Amino acid sequence: MKIAISTSGTTLDAELDKRFGRAEKFIIYDLDADTFEVIDNAQNLNLSQGAGIQAGKTVANSGAKAVITGHVGPKAYSTLGAVDIDIYFAESGTIQSLVDDFKANKLTKATGPDKDGHW
Amino acid sequence: MKITLASGKGGTGKTTIATNLAYLLSKDKEITLLDCDVEEPNAHIFIKPTWTDSYTTYLPIPKVDMDKCIHCGICGDSCQFSAIANIGDKVLTYPELCHGCGLCMMACPTGAITEQNREIGTVELGHSGNIKMAHGKLRIGEAMSPPLINAVKKHASEDGITIIDAPPGTSCPVIATIQESDFIILVTEPTPFGLNDLKLAVGMVREIGVPMAVAINRSDLGDNAVKEYCEEEGITVILEIPNLRKAAQNYSKGHLIVKEMPELEKHFSGIMASIEKELSK
Repeated sequence: MKIAISTSGTTLDAELDKRFGRAEKFIIYDLDADTFEVIDNAQNLNLSQGAGIQAGKTVANSGAKAVITGHVGPKAYSTLGAVDIDIYFAESGTIQSLVDDFKANKLTKATGPDKDGHW
Repeated sequence: MKITLASGKGGTGKTTIATNLAYLLSKDKEITLLDCDVEEPNAHIFIKPTWTDSYTTYLPIPKVDMDKCIHCGICGDSCQFSAIANIGDKVLTYPELCHGCGLCMMACPTGAITEQNREIGTVELGHSGNIKMAHGKLRIGEAMSPPLINAVKKHASEDGITIIDAPPGTSCPVIATIQESDFIILVTEPTPFGLNDLKLAVGMVREIGVPMAVAINRSDLGDNAVKEYCEEEGITVILEIPNLRKAAQNYSKGHLIVKEMPELEKHFSGIMASIEKELSK
């Protein structure tokens, strides 16, 4: 199974990017193969609207079935929800530590957006 | 000729000047007054028109026939506003983001996307004496005003004078209002806040490229910085109204101040001549 983590870096030491829609990048981690790829999200940083939707599209197209991030707004939440991608919240951490936390079921699943749009 | 009252800072007196100017001009000719502040129209409070007509305006938003959809994703890739997206086997639409441009409908290779309507608001038409009035009332909960503003602007006079009361500020609703104006009067007050926002408004009008002048309301309070700025920038001050408690009292009761205080008429006289002079430069 693949999971997507919003991040500012490109390695397993990279930090969590707490924003989803306007995260700098996503690391898509393959839990079965323990490999990962980096997807750039720069094109969404300057969007006037719909960043959450576009990021959701990016994540859905990557094949990830879950997302780890800091916060999601209402459109990101509904976009990911439409294709049954679960969202897990984390405060901070490196990609490696978040993957470990996910495997150990330590992360809280989101039941709704936790921020208004354009927060 | 379309003359628009705009401002940077809100509450400077756009509606005061628009309504009183329209009233004075209407004494000898037909005038059209358009209130384009569709989020909170208030010109009618002073003009007190008899309303004669109203209609709802709509924005065309996409309706997707999933039987025809082949999940190519072209609709979402084309959309400038993220209002439609193909995700997995679903096509999601976000009507509140849609600008009604129709591109997704044109781009869809199977004709799966057709129009349905999202209600934007209501246009109301009326008259009072020689003044023909139109305003818009944005649907409660609607965020997008330009389509309704454009609907109101359709009621501008073909060959007479139209006075347009714009919303405050310098964002999308104001841009939509001031487009195609022949002349813009920027209303300000002689305070640091007034000057700051006037500069933003001047920048906006210069981008749009319409001739402008400044009106200073409550002109005898505050400081001289607005006047100095206008002089530096070569912008004519064509109207000054002093700060008068009695004017504020009349305004608060919904009265046209030039009706209740005819001594104020002299401040307005010569505005049209000044505008003609500016336009001939």
